[in-house]
Amino acid sequence: MAAKGLYSQHHHNPRMRVVRNLVLALILLSFAGVVLFPLVYMVSWSFGPNVKMSSSLYTVFPRKWTLDSYKAFFDFSPYSLRWLLNTFIMAAGTTVSNVIFASMAGYAFAKVRFPGNKFLFFLILVAMMIPYQVTQVPLYILLVNKFNMSNTYAALILPGCVTSYNIFLSKQFFSGIPTALIENAKVEGANQFRIFWSIILPMSKTVLAVMAINTFVGNWNTFFWPFLATTQDSMYTIQVALKTFKDASWTLLSPMMAGATISALPMFILFFTLQKYFLEGVTVGAVKG
Amino acid sequence: MEQQRTIRKRGKLRIREDHISGYLFIAVAMVVFLLFTIYPLISAVITSFQNYKPFGSTWVKLDNYETALSNKLFWKACRNTVIYTALTVPLSLVIAFIVALMILPFRRGTQSFFKSLYYIPAVASAVVTSMVWLWIYDSSDAGLFNQLLTFFHLPTQQWLTSSKTAMLSLVLMALLGGNGSSIIIYIAALMGIDNTYFEAAEVDGATFWQKVRYIVLPLCKPTTLFLFITGIINSFQVFINAYMMTGGGPDNNTTMIGLLIFNNAFKYGKYGLACAQAILLTILIAAMTAIQFKVAGSDVEY
Repeated sequence: MAAKGLYSQHHHNPRMRVVRNLVLALILLSFAGVVLFPLVYMVSWSFGPNVKMSSSLYTVFPRKWTLDSYKAFFDFSPYSLRWLLNTFIMAAGTTVSNVIFASMAGYAFAKVRFPGNKFLFFLILVAMMIPYQVTQVPLYILLVNKFNMSNTYAALILPGCVTSYNIFLSKQFFSGIPTALIENAKVEGANQFRIFWSIILPMSKTVLAVMAINTFVGNWNTFFWPFLATTQDSMYTIQVALKTFKDASWTLLSPMMAGATISALPMFILFFTLQKYFLEGVTVGAVKG
Repeated sequence: MEQQRTIRKRGKLRIREDHISGYLFIAVAMVVFLLFTIYPLISAVITSFQNYKPFGSTWVKLDNYETALSNKLFWKACRNTVIYTALTVPLSLVIAFIVALMILPFRRGTQSFFKSLYYIPAVASAVVTSMVWLWIYDSSDAGLFNQLLTFFHLPTQQWLTSSKTAMLSLVLMALLGGNGSSIIIYIAALMGIDNTYFEAAEVDGATFWQKVRYIVLPLCKPTTLFLFITGIINSFQVFINAYMMTGGGPDNNTTMIGLLIFNNAFKYGKYGLACAQAILLTILIAAMTAIQFKVAGSDVEY
């Protein structure tokens, strides 16, 4: 029990410990209530009426619960479902290519000796420090103005298909694998691809899962690049669509909250089914960062 | 003899094979890195010295930088970014640290439960959170905070539309929404502290607060520095909250550097100026990070 010694265990009076933990739990739960309130507010008002917000609606939660606002969001555009599909394609595409190519690069930087290894990895580290504002303008000029690729899935997926962060993340993990393991396999005649495929990858499920989840959620939620790369509403991602929906129907609280709930729901489902990897993903990048 | 030579030969062959497979392993990643990071970076530097036009940009030397640095709005945006950062980053670290301390005495299962609970807001996108907070801050009597004020017989506020409260509103939203990962990272750091420290302190009759002050805080310093630096880097690039919620207003009181660069590039098409500002932002962030490492001292390893 590391670090438990910070708190007195109250060995002489166990009841004290129970009371203290109850008080702490109560404070933690009430603050969590404050932190989570906006989301509770969002979900509950998504079931509110599809009417303009007016003084007659002066309540914290809606009085009558209906599905009208969900209908209103899907009626807003013929592409409503397409937006979710577009977002899924973008997120899934970047996730698959990151898991494959970033982990391959991470492995090479960690365990394969070749000239330029250190230098190239250093470049990647430096690139991680550069604010995205620097690269967005040239990226926009390149893909949208020069290559005319706006409103394509390629434009949505390509810029993020191997990120420096994911290369860094997997390199950190692979560095921890004993080199002897790889040397032994080499002596037995396995080449690097075989070693990577049948020895390294099976050991790395957790870090690959963390990478996949981080990438998927990050891309599902991202706004900036899809906003620049799409101009037709058939190619919007859900985040971009939400923004236009907001601009078009401000004053309609419930349909807006319905749209927000629809866009956030897949991520909540993902979070509750894969909690362990989400929580692990937070520390994996930070410890020894 | 003969055998030894073949082994050595094979060893050399192995190394060359390694070189080839190494390059094959990084090939795709490097092509992407070159095209979508290195090229844009170099292009941004070049564009920052140009008056950009789709066909035939002209060189303007340092004009863009001079324009940026002599522009009052740029300095206002810098000031706003610094104010926003100074209010959000340290305070949210304090909140995260206290919450982590409070979660610590529980069993592992209960700890995970609280960690998940506090992490949930991080799963929602910035667009979603901004939309919800827009309604919470709504200036009419129907806005949630104004309902709350009315309930306590206090005068309602203009929240996002008044220059007095707009920035504070963005800060409050950041403080309540964005602590999940810091809490989890702090708990990991707290769990890593060796119990013998506390046992020794107990023998000396140290109180809880003394343990926090003289054991926990110093041992968590690397974590704090990490969170502080990443927090500042992220905060300096903040864009979406101002873009979605205030549009930079009122009277540019919430225009931050990220939004200013976006507006210059994609609203006014001044690519050269936007690139110059983005590069100034990079220099600013790099300088701040270097200063923090200096101030924090050399006892922190990365």
